[in-house]
Amino acid sequence: MSFLFALPGAVAEGLIWGLMAIGVYISYKILDIADLSVDGAICTGGCVCAMLIAAGVPVWASVLIAFVAGALAGTLTGLLHTALGIPAILAGILTQLMLYTVNLLILGGKSLVAIDHRANTLLLHMSDNPTAIVSAGLIVAATIVVLWLFFYTEVGLTLKSTGDNPDMSRAQGVNVKFNKVLGLAISNGIVALAGALYAQYKGSVSLQDGRGAIVIALAAIYIGLSVSLKIKPNFVVSLIGVVCGGVVYYIIYNFVILLGLKTDYLKMLSAVIVALFLGVPYLKGVLFQKQKPLPIQAVTGGNKDA
Amino acid sequence: MLKVTNLQKTFNPGTVNEKVALCGLNLELKDGEFVTVIGGNGAGKSTLFNAISGVWKPDYGTIEIDGVDVTNMPEHKRAQFLGRVFQDPMKGTSPDMEIAENLAIAARRGTKRKLVWGVRKAERARYKKLLADLDLGLEDRLSSKVGLLSGGQRQAVTLLMATLNKPKLLLLDEHTAALDPKTAAKVLALTERIVRENKLTTLMITHNMKDAITYGNRLIMLYDGNIVVDISGEEKKNLTVQDLLGLFEKASGGEFASDRALLN
Repeated sequence: MSFLFALPGAVAEGLIWGLMAIGVYISYKILDIADLSVDGAICTGGCVCAMLIAAGVPVWASVLIAFVAGALAGTLTGLLHTALGIPAILAGILTQLMLYTVNLLILGGKSLVAIDHRANTLLLHMSDNPTAIVSAGLIVAATIVVLWLFFYTEVGLTLKSTGDNPDMSRAQGVNVKFNKVLGLAISNGIVALAGALYAQYKGSVSLQDGRGAIVIALAAIYIGLSVSLKIKPNFVVSLIGVVCGGVVYYIIYNFVILLGLKTDYLKMLSAVIVALFLGVPYLKGVLFQKQKPLPIQAVTGGNKDA
Repeated sequence: MLKVTNLQKTFNPGTVNEKVALCGLNLELKDGEFVTVIGGNGAGKSTLFNAISGVWKPDYGTIEIDGVDVTNMPEHKRAQFLGRVFQDPMKGTSPDMEIAENLAIAARRGTKRKLVWGVRKAERARYKKLLADLDLGLEDRLSSKVGLLSGGQRQAVTLLMATLNKPKLLLLDEHTAALDPKTAAKVLALTERIVRENKLTTLMITHNMKDAITYGNRLIMLYDGNIVVDISGEEKKNLTVQDLLGLFEKASGGEFASDRALLN
């Protein structure tokens, strides 16, 4: 029974992390960059949102400014990578570390700041899970629609091609460096937006928030894509899959807690899930590679020769 | 159309791997010239192409395209003047995107990309017609991912992408070398047709001497980072493979035997 009671909370939290996973999907899957700055950006989003709400800024404006703060963090990672030639993974780590200090400064030196959900009308809070699910669901849906439109524009298409084939992109006049910065800005902006929602949901933000967040996002991505790619391998279905992956992850998470596992151990769980999703297909390929006769042509181009 | 002056490039200068790839190369192309480029491995053919496309900056010298000095222009800006097809069929197209999306990205080469719909309806009709002209059965597969196509089909699509917006200069870097002979012949015929119909100024690297003679109206041979043979007009028409081998032997000073295999 208690698992059923925990379910609405798991769905709400899962939706928020699903939104975060959408942000990571943009850098990891579309741009082909493993961007570790998101661990810092999700916390930055929470910090900015919490402090602005405390200062009397309307909640919606605080959330938007949190998005902008995340986008700036992504821009920083992008510039470290493209303008200074630092490998992307290291650029992300550097930004993440810088953001720790930035977040500390935003919180005015405190390690935990509470958001008063009684004094402010928050978009979502754990005391009212049904409303939280609706709010988070609407924001996720709006994000998916905006991204879906964006990635089919002239600019959006070149963002896809930048990650898919940078050589081709440059040859077709695409500014690959600019696109990487733009993509990382959008990615981290969405991650910070998720951070702002998460802080409201919990009613507080801590400097420790976001540690290992990328692993949770990757778990959501792999869980989601393992199903959605089989249904239809297109952009919108993938994004919906990623969000569902986040929800499934949090349902598993809550289930494991009910089994009596300490929450501290759960980082191990997320890491193991990601390791399994990455490792199992590889091992399958190595261990069960059967010799097959070469197909004449996987997909035929009509009845004419190429 | 293209003017390359005193172009120099040395890789890994000051190390044991130092390699002078281009040493003071000069080349001028008139509007509409179709030039085939031959030369052994390490002669500087691809280095010349990379310099023209802006993959890196030359150590010395200038490159002008249609009167514009592009020597210091970054690769993506220079792309507005150039159509490029690479040796590797995987390099010229975006595999995870649709054929129509690839073509649409190419159609906007040299324009400012905006936040408007990336592939419009009217475009699809135009692409469908152009693909039908390729005669590869691709006209009904506009929404297929390019990664599903064969190497020859991908090269044909890349060729279309390179010429969709008439480029000032078309650079073909051994674009049929990775294809089987039958497919290679088909892509070459297609190349010839597109170049002729659009009157494109073209540089085409090839390892096949026969192709170098058959196609184009001018032939240059590179050796050790410089042009050692430059033949055009009637003289080129009457050229034989035997003549070329003789010219190559003369230019290379007896390296004939070692490089012969490469220049079949």
